[in-house]
Amino acid sequence: MTYQRPEHISELVEICAGGNARVVAGGTDFYPALPQGQTPKDIVDISRVSGLRGITRSDEGFRIGATTTWSDIVKADLPTAFDALKLAAIEVGSVQIQNAGTIAGNICNASPAADGVPPLLCLDAHVELQSRNGLRRIPLSSFIKGVRQTDLQAGEIVTGILVPSPPEGAGSAFSKLGSRRYLVISICMTAVQVRLDRSGRIDQIAIAVGACSPVAMRLSALEASLVGQRVEDVSIPPSALVDLNPIDDVRGSGAFRLEAVKTQILRTLQMAAQR
Amino acid sequence: MNKQQYIKGLKLKLNGFSVEAYPLPGERLSETLRERLGARDVKIGCNAGDCGACTVLVDGEPVCACLMPAGQAEGRTVETLAGLYSAQDASVIALAERFQDHGAAQCGICTPGMMVAATALLRANATPSEEQTKAALNGVLCRCTGYRKIIDAVMGLAPITESGSDVGVSIRRLDGEDKVAGREAYGDDVAPAGTLEVLAIRSPYPHARFELGDIEAFKAAHPGIETILTAADVPGQNLMGVLPPFMDQPVFAEDVTRFRGEAVAAAVGSPDAIRALDPNDFPVEWHPMETLASPDEAEASSTILHPARPGNVLCRGLVECGDADRALSESDVVAEGHFQTGFVEHAYIEPEAGYAFVRDGRVEVHACTQSPVMDREALEIVLGMSASQIRIVPTGIGGGFGSKLDLTVQPFLAIAALKTGRPVRMALTRVESMQSSTKRHPSDIRVKIGASSDGHITGMSFDGTFDTGAYASWGPTVANRVPVHASGPYAVAHYRARSKGVHTNNPVSGAFRGFGVPQSAIAQESLLDELAIKLGIDPLEFRIANALTNGAPTVCGQVFQKGVGIKACLESLRSAWTTARAEAEAFNAQSQTIKRGVGVASGWYGCGNTSMPNPSTIKSGVRPDGTVVLHQGAVDIGQGSNTVIAQIFATTLGLPVQEVTLLGGDTDITPDAGKTSASRQTFVTGNAAQLSATSLRAAILEKLNVAGDATLRFGDGSIEATDSAGTHILSLAGLDADPDGYVFAAEESYDPPTEPLDEKGQGSPYAQFGYAAHLAEVEVDLDLGTVKTTRIVAAHDVGRAINPMLVEGQVHGGVAQGLGMALMEEYIPGRTENLHDYLIPTIGDVPPIETLIIEEEDAHGPMGAKGLGEHALIPTAPAILNAIHAATGARITRIPATPHRVRNALKDLA
Repeated sequence: MTYQRPEHISELVEICAGGNARVVAGGTDFYPALPQGQTPKDIVDISRVSGLRGITRSDEGFRIGATTTWSDIVKADLPTAFDALKLAAIEVGSVQIQNAGTIAGNICNASPAADGVPPLLCLDAHVELQSRNGLRRIPLSSFIKGVRQTDLQAGEIVTGILVPSPPEGAGSAFSKLGSRRYLVISICMTAVQVRLDRSGRIDQIAIAVGACSPVAMRLSALEASLVGQRVEDVSIPPSALVDLNPIDDVRGSGAFRLEAVKTQILRTLQMAAQR
Repeated sequence: MNKQQYIKGLKLKLNGFSVEAYPLPGERLSETLRERLGARDVKIGCNAGDCGACTVLVDGEPVCACLMPAGQAEGRTVETLAGLYSAQDASVIALAERFQDHGAAQCGICTPGMMVAATALLRANATPSEEQTKAALNGVLCRCTGYRKIIDAVMGLAPITESGSDVGVSIRRLDGEDKVAGREAYGDDVAPAGTLEVLAIRSPYPHARFELGDIEAFKAAHPGIETILTAADVPGQNLMGVLPPFMDQPVFAEDVTRFRGEAVAAAVGSPDAIRALDPNDFPVEWHPMETLASPDEAEASSTILHPARPGNVLCRGLVECGDADRALSESDVVAEGHFQTGFVEHAYIEPEAGYAFVRDGRVEVHACTQSPVMDREALEIVLGMSASQIRIVPTGIGGGFGSKLDLTVQPFLAIAALKTGRPVRMALTRVESMQSSTKRHPSDIRVKIGASSDGHITGMSFDGTFDTGAYASWGPTVANRVPVHASGPYAVAHYRARSKGVHTNNPVSGAFRGFGVPQSAIAQESLLDELAIKLGIDPLEFRIANALTNGAPTVCGQVFQKGVGIKACLESLRSAWTTARAEAEAFNAQSQTIKRGVGVASGWYGCGNTSMPNPSTIKSGVRPDGTVVLHQGAVDIGQGSNTVIAQIFATTLGLPVQEVTLLGGDTDITPDAGKTSASRQTFVTGNAAQLSATSLRAAILEKLNVAGDATLRFGDGSIEATDSAGTHILSLAGLDADPDGYVFAAEESYDPPTEPLDEKGQGSPYAQFGYAAHLAEVEVDLDLGTVKTTRIVAAHDVGRAINPMLVEGQVHGGVAQGLGMALMEEYIPGRTENLHDYLIPTIGDVPPIETLIIEEEDAHGPMGAKGLGEHALIPTAPAILNAIHAATGARITRIPATPHRVRNALKDLA
């Protein structure tokens, strides 16, 4: 058994090239999923790798380092297009979880109910991956491939999330439906980013829904149909949700999820338009 | 870069001291802190970040120590509650004082997490708002307090405690300081680090035959495993059960397992060996069998789980008076309904844990338990040893609510200690705890209630089937209690209530705050609302008109000449009811999507065992130095018996309670005060304490030859008595001490006067009932089906409030559990075996609670007091369900009322 805590990205890449080490950052998904007697043989703790934590801005947009915590995101000074991400951040578990859990961990865990994913999809986020072979960037929507499945290749590690500069003046919001106030896994969740033109009509919009399909998804057809509409006039036809296929589970039936998410999209859009 | 077996020399600053530890790779910080650095104030409730009991500050930020690799603490500052408290940090001490002055710590297991999270908040913001407080504490679950007192304490509201000490005064908990200082030691906190550990091997199937394989080979392949325990290692009978006629549960299953999580074996080994043990490697071959998933299936099946119980029926109950069918057929209006409830998990934050060893041929078990003497009696059978060879020492108990009445870790520990000859410890994981501990019985209830057009209840019939799971546990108690209580606290002349407990391959259903009465109250109180609506009568006034009164017979034909307080409880809600309903109506006229509703419900509960003896004994004494000692055997699981029993004792004896020395429920030194169950401790043990104090006082007065109303002062090797004739001093030095070292001693017992029930359930099942009525206000989101409880007003007739702060504490905790049962809690084996899939209320879910204390003196209770623990949960769920109906017109008949169920009910309306 080994525990390694590299401090430089080059060391980390070498360790990952070995292929067997389990990556741990905040530990908030790693430990709860650990069965009795099955501690991984080799662990690489990336919490101290320099350059992996924090949010930086460049001409291209924003880079959120892999080990940036939810609390870091809540405290960061970011444009209103990031409000959905901040609202999601304060819904990730609890204060304790937000202080430890990282944005890369959230996407690598690839839960259909990952709170961070719908807002990142609205932000057109890309994933930055590094390995011995170099750097790779792919859209988040391609990175998460299924329930607990990602495009992470052997020897690769997520080093950051890249967000192109969002449209000037876009507002955003996030809603989560659960059976209790805090510490809840979503029945369904929605992130909306919207910008209105001078006449109050939608001129840019992104809508992403989580916990209603194996991977959270953008509703592109719905987005396209809403451009040019006033927020108060928006209605959502059933056809707009055909790509969703929510499951029945202890938190709610699939049919209920579809119904609830429709309400949630409308309300989240109104919230986003007011921000 | 480190690369090695152990992390060599992990250096951190813990509570102000530089320390060094050697954790294993990947070890959780919580384990390093507890087992390598002695910080046992860091509590483990779930090991998954769901409960927050392990919250510590790392560089000032609250994190769950169970989720942080120990290696991440290298070079950082870690603070825990015990460290903060012992450093005498002024703001932490002030917070600890406030926790005590609000009763914010009950069992205390969440207190370290709560106080540490609160410390981080208060350092940044000394005057937080309620919303800020909730947001800062949102990661810590509490199952006892209902959170409101914690919020008040953190925000610094005016204290509830008063000066004084007598009965009726809100004094601090006598055992409170240890809880807020992080010193209280619970089941997993007493064993020395490095002690051998016990890990059970459990069935992954609800019903299966099994064959054990080559255990010796398994042992040989797993260095550090000392021994494997199976049924063959049980020295006495492989048989457990809380009710002797119904004992049916093996410690280790033999040939067949009957529920998921049942133990077939246990490994005993070093901490490292147990940590590395994957139960999937254990040599056992499973052959899954037909699963009886529900009482309906079980009754129809040819598979019989216990041969002596045909049809898989464990037991039945009946209470009948008058002619219910005829009265219903002649009623002007009848309401009927079919109600269903699921398994509810106790979800105490402390999983079952303990420590055992053998000393001088005697086995000692230190564990969290609600019933030390019952544990000893059960171990006599399992171990084949006499009572004198067994000692049970209750540790601190991090919540019980009924489930820690049954044996869990105790037999494993005792057998392992005897077999290895070495000390052993065992702590269930959260998943194991949820799989293997008892649950609230699921119910399937059909009820009809009739009334005359002038608003009087004419008759009622009740048929309830309870899923009692794989083994009997307290199933018979539920079957007996429900028919006695299913009428609610109302006069019902024609009544028939039938109950049955049916075995399935589900978890064992046992005791949980209310023994089946919360389930029956949902059905009965929902239908009372339906009747009131049909009659066009205000639901509160309808209840008041039908409430039991002094001198009126219950459905068992029992008549109480005094102390029937339900009418007073209901009447005390009138003003809140009228105002709240008017406000809801005004709100609803303006609001389309969110609708408000107000609901009310009653409850009653008989204190003590049903028509069976349940004596308590209290011993007390005076030492030669003048110290007054109370052997307080009523286990305090957070409800406050250490304080309440002592207040009754001290008031009667005549000294300030703070001067009494308390000894706990150690079976070697303290007589049996019975189990902490059935809301019996204040009533039954309280009476024993009063009798013990009366005897002790009489002996002292006689010796001093002073008047009966003399005041006493104890101390400095003497007792001073003052009466109208002056002051008399008795030197204790010259008096003979008894074998316990007491110069005065008294041991007295009390058993409540009850009478057996006849074949129709007629008789006097309880010497006293307590009464309650709750009002709930809710907001329902019609589009999403979400329900938010915005206010609870809880009226409770407690006879005499021994300690009003502790009364409020019980009420708040009961309300929170009732709210959880109504809106979110449902245990589904295999699917909700942790605290993120099984939801209990968080700090954001419990609304403000107003407690109205009613004191209708009881004929038998100490100073008129009645029991309270269970009453507090019973009316909450039906009051919330009635409020949902008032808001929306939708009647929820299957709980919990989760968003999708509420939405479906709303759609059914349309």
